[in-house]
Amino acid sequence: MLDTGLNDKQPISTTSEWTFELIQEYDREIALLAKEFGLDTYPNQIEVISSEQMMDAYSSVGMPVGYNHWSFGKQFISVENNYQRGRMGLAYEIVINSNPCIAYLMEENTMTMQALVIAHASYGHNSFFKGNYLFRTWTDASSIIDYLLFAKNYIARCEERYGVDEVEALLDSCHALMNYGVDRYKRPYPISAHEEERRQKEREEYRQRQLNDLWRTIPKLGGGEEEATVQRFPEEPQENLLYFIEKNAPLLENWQRELIRIVRKMAQYFYPQRQTQVMNEGWATFWHYTLLNELHAKGKVTDGFMMEFLSSHTSVIYQPPYDSPYYNGINPYALGFSIFTDLRRICENPTDEDRAWFPDIAGSNWKETLQFAMRDFKDESFILQFLSPKVMRDMKLFCISDDDREKEIEVGAIHNEDGYRELRAKLAGQYNLGNREPNIQVYSVDTRGDRSITLHHTQHQRRPLGKDTFEVLKHLHRLWGFDVHLQSFNGDEITASYHCPEQGRDRSEIEESMLVPKPI
Amino acid sequence: MSYIIDRRLNGKKKSTVNRQRFLRRYKAHIKKAVGEAMNSRSITDLGKGEKISIPTRDLNEPIFSNGRGGHMEQVLPGNKEFVTGDRIPRPGQGQGQGSGGSGASDSGEGMDEFAFQISQDEFLEFMFEGLELPNMVKRKLAGNDAFHVVRAGICNEGSPGRLNVVRSMRAANARRIALSGGKRRNLKLLEQELLAEEEKDIALRDQRKLDELRAKIEDLRGRVSRIPFLDDFDLKYNLLVKQPRPSSKAVMFCLMDVSGSMNQATKDMAKRFFLLLYLFLQRSYEYTEIVFIRHHTSAKEVDEQEFFYSRETGGTIVSSALKMMRNIMRERYPASEWNIYGAQASDGDNWNDDSSTCHKILIDDIMPHVQYYSYVEITPRDHQALWDEYQSVAEVFPEHFAMEQIIDVGDIYPVFRQLFTQKVAV
Repeated sequence: MLDTGLNDKQPISTTSEWTFELIQEYDREIALLAKEFGLDTYPNQIEVISSEQMMDAYSSVGMPVGYNHWSFGKQFISVENNYQRGRMGLAYEIVINSNPCIAYLMEENTMTMQALVIAHASYGHNSFFKGNYLFRTWTDASSIIDYLLFAKNYIARCEERYGVDEVEALLDSCHALMNYGVDRYKRPYPISAHEEERRQKEREEYRQRQLNDLWRTIPKLGGGEEEATVQRFPEEPQENLLYFIEKNAPLLENWQRELIRIVRKMAQYFYPQRQTQVMNEGWATFWHYTLLNELHAKGKVTDGFMMEFLSSHTSVIYQPPYDSPYYNGINPYALGFSIFTDLRRICENPTDEDRAWFPDIAGSNWKETLQFAMRDFKDESFILQFLSPKVMRDMKLFCISDDDREKEIEVGAIHNEDGYRELRAKLAGQYNLGNREPNIQVYSVDTRGDRSITLHHTQHQRRPLGKDTFEVLKHLHRLWGFDVHLQSFNGDEITASYHCPEQGRDRSEIEESMLVPKPI
Repeated sequence: MSYIIDRRLNGKKKSTVNRQRFLRRYKAHIKKAVGEAMNSRSITDLGKGEKISIPTRDLNEPIFSNGRGGHMEQVLPGNKEFVTGDRIPRPGQGQGQGSGGSGASDSGEGMDEFAFQISQDEFLEFMFEGLELPNMVKRKLAGNDAFHVVRAGICNEGSPGRLNVVRSMRAANARRIALSGGKRRNLKLLEQELLAEEEKDIALRDQRKLDELRAKIEDLRGRVSRIPFLDDFDLKYNLLVKQPRPSSKAVMFCLMDVSGSMNQATKDMAKRFFLLLYLFLQRSYEYTEIVFIRHHTSAKEVDEQEFFYSRETGGTIVSSALKMMRNIMRERYPASEWNIYGAQASDGDNWNDDSSTCHKILIDDIMPHVQYYSYVEITPRDHQALWDEYQSVAEVFPEHFAMEQIIDVGDIYPVFRQLFTQKVAV
């Protein structure tokens, strides 16, 4: 290579040691490139931490503050175990959807890895958090840390006042229903933690009044005529179980309702992440790859740097085939990275196939097209829209159909001309949370009778409920306080029903069976 | 613009609380594992941490999920040989199908045991949980002990560094009030008088009286202002005093029969028992000394190595060891300063006429001075004369004397727990 002696042709660093100055330098260079590529980000807060702190962060779902619960302890212990045995590298990244966007660098990492994480988290994920419509709609980046702090303090106060066991039991139950604490369609109202605290007081009073109305047992005057028009409660089936319980469970104390609300809010906060895993990781991976290659092209990093970077990049996007012992589902990094990379290729070097499949994208400005893909989709629609035949061929995707009425599994669409469209639709369906989680809704509450609550499960392709169902019902029973019924529907026909307490069993036995199992 | 922050010095152990919550929740499991570990461990690492396994199903956090069955469609990567319409036999137990469909399955699924390490401290905590040393009453201030500094109120002398500003200002204020109280009262009266005089009609004013009043007021004001704002003796200092920290000392006598009838297995069991006791004492007392006495026909004080590992044979005279213990107690460990614990292990063999001597030494010379004396007999056979004699000692000192029989290794920890179980105060 001809060195013209210009200063900016010098690599930023040549050894693998990092210093704060170097991190700053890399960050500045990457930020410049990111701006050229049109990435719009929150301000970055890059924190250097030790591996112990990384383990702490891992086990509290990546959050810098969190309330205390044994399940996080369990998580911590297993992370610690895996790390100590060298089974798992902590290296990659944790990044928090907040404003400023917090990303962690581990002190043990080399300079290359630090640069990789900065590109991946502080510019990749960060711009995704800021741009994607789900994050913009469902989460409020500026107030999340404050809210977490409010939640932690509130729960700690409850523990002091009502005992650790009480609080723990309630949180157990809430966690069991956490996935059902989300409003899928209604946009939540973002408020600050300060406001939250003030409102919490108001809610306490209001809730009690509302409840008393619902559960009124004093007969109204002239009730004879009203009987005929008694309406089902709730009028419409409710999908947000935790919300329904928080607002309507007859016996809960105010603090218990507040705790349910906290868990519900957390579920809501993580909901977009669960729906955009492929996109989010794919986007971040695509950008660290692009940004660092660009740095190399400008001569800012050495060839050794690139070798180290590429080796860790390739292991991140490795997709083991279905029959490999390492196979553990489709690797979201691999799938997302392939789609975004191919999207760029379609824009820059379209083939005839691409022109037929993506007439409005082929040959367009790749930066704008990628931005559009990142902003307005979630995994399901993203795959449906942008998975190209080339990626399907490269990943050798195929579809199998397993019907329990048949003796054998049938291979459906494969990566060929006839199969592309079906394959793509099937894969997209696989990322639809509605198909992955059973659809369970509150159907009715017997307000005038035994106060029991009835849930309906609508089966998706005749799939029954898993083996934990009864255990979850016990938790629901703990929250609701009265009998719980769950009916599983295949079309209009009830194929299974679960009751808690099981018919003929005493209520006190349930609490007992929910205690920690005894060792044998 | 990015901010780069060094957080490495922040607290590390953020998850400690959660970890403790976890241990607390699964206490029963851990205790069981600890109990089992006690019996399977070699002696040298008795007090180390332990790997605890808990069945995964007990740790499960249930959620609603899809079960197997119905019609399931799945997209997989890495096709090698299949074409549309191929029919494949269903693999057994879902192998090769991944975690299909139930997207939220916990990552630990498939593993039967959740295994993790607890630290030595935690291990001992669980091991000795609910146990207590009986009669831990005697305490003695040791001469060369450490002091700790405590606050002991306020005093008038001290170094400037210990100055208590609030108290000093309060004292100064009090002094000023005390010294000027009378003068101020007079001043007030005079001022009122002056005011009354001045308000009078100009014709009625007594100029001389006015001058006199003004002079007096002037004089009083001067005096009040001469009282110093802060005086030497206003200064108050925080007083710190040294307090000796009381410490308790314990000595443990380990007595073991090494006669020909004790084989290596029996000695091993005795060793385990002693070690448990030693670990336990160490946790309860700041200083723990151990005296090892081994005996066959004659007793000998030895060091640890020799006590546990050297071989000797011969007949058995238990009283020789007890005599030696008595002598050492008299010489080196006065009962007024030391908490004395005795632990004896033997297989129950003794010269027949010696057992009554043992009884006598124990009753007269040893039991009155010791906190606790435990005797374990390691034998699968019937008891001999020694056991009966000791039983009569136990009747005389029911609070301070305990005896148990150990048949195999598995008994050691339960017996130990039995000996030291917390007794509810009657």
